[in-house]
Amino acid sequence: MAGEAHEEGGLVFHPLDQFQIKPLFGDGPIHWYTPTNVTLWLGLCVLVVVALFVFGTRGRAVIPGRIQSMAEMAYGMVYKMVEEIAGHDGVKYFPMIMTLFVFILFANMLGLLPMSFTPTSHIAVTAVLGFGVFIFVTLLGLIKHGTHFLGLFWMSDAPLILRPIIAVIEVISYFVRPVSHSIRLAGNIMAGHAMIKVFAGFAAVTLISPLAIFGIAAVYGLEVLVAFIQAYVFTILTCVYLKDALHPGH
Amino acid sequence: MATETTVAEHGAEAAKAGIPQLEFAHFPNQIFWLLVALVVIYVVLSRIALPRIGAVLAERRGTITNDLAAAEELKQKARDAEKAYNDALATARSEAAKIVAEAKAEIQKDLDAATAKADAEIAAKTAESEKVIGEIRAGALQSVTEVAGATAQELVSVLGGNADAASIQAAVAARLKG
Repeated sequence: MAGEAHEEGGLVFHPLDQFQIKPLFGDGPIHWYTPTNVTLWLGLCVLVVVALFVFGTRGRAVIPGRIQSMAEMAYGMVYKMVEEIAGHDGVKYFPMIMTLFVFILFANMLGLLPMSFTPTSHIAVTAVLGFGVFIFVTLLGLIKHGTHFLGLFWMSDAPLILRPIIAVIEVISYFVRPVSHSIRLAGNIMAGHAMIKVFAGFAAVTLISPLAIFGIAAVYGLEVLVAFIQAYVFTILTCVYLKDALHPGH
Repeated sequence: MATETTVAEHGAEAAKAGIPQLEFAHFPNQIFWLLVALVVIYVVLSRIALPRIGAVLAERRGTITNDLAAAEELKQKARDAEKAYNDALATARSEAAKIVAEAKAEIQKDLDAATAKADAEIAAKTAESEKVIGEIRAGALQSVTEVAGATAQELVSVLGGNADAASIQAAVAARLKG
């Protein structure tokens, strides 16, 4: 890992310093309620969401303006995703999935501002999201379908001898879901941010600084893409898991 | 890897050297504020934003459907109006043609009557003229006979003949006929 900070000549690497959690006020210990930079950036994320979806649509215009169009496009995209993947009975959970999507999207996007902090780069945050979704859909499936939900693991169209083996594999893959779901998001965001910081460290050396700065720009562009794609992927996988819970027959 | 494990075990002590993501002492703080943020976003979206956007989209769809229906209706109306106009035009045309034909027939009748009258008048005039011409001709013939008779008598007398008027008259008449 590039985690160790070392100083050799002009090279200063602290690629992980940006993920440090610090109290907003003073330098005291961090309790569960202490307002930290996590709080600040989560709060900004909430503010942006409110600005876009509440203030942006306050005109309720039949012919939308720019901001209302953006809110409507996000609404339409997630709504269609839920309806197409999870079916019509999945639409009930649309606000929940929309919450996940806008939260991850804006946390990622705000994290791309220089000097910012990215909550979604922390495994604690993404694990809460991933396991939250996992526990939710599992309970939903069990409550809705009872033991029939376990049919998800029993491939009735496979040869009889293979069914127990497939069932074991299916169970394992089912329980790996929340882990991959959360690590995928945190890993992607963290790796990109750390990479930008490494390039920034190289930018201090005159000889390679043009290359390093070009690298920063390129990785930044990639990160904008990743910020959106990871939010999209997280949401679409949530829809797929929700579909499994609502229609475990296949 | 060893460093990471140390970080995980010693928490804040080794934070400076390890990955901040694995600093378990900070987890409660992050999870607490994350849940707060998620609840706020969920409440704002589900109570205010999503119903509002849904209503706007539904309203827009309704407006578009209504407008399309109204446009269809107006189109139908325009088509009806065009048809009515064409019908009226056709009626007016046929009526005009009828009126023209009637007028033509009337004029023809008048013309025929006038022609007939003129023809009759002309015929009458012609007959009258012919009569007058006949009279004149007869008069002229009479005069010619008389003059011829007189002239013949004179000639006969001058030539030393003696002829009675009756025989001269008969000779002249015979000559004139010849």
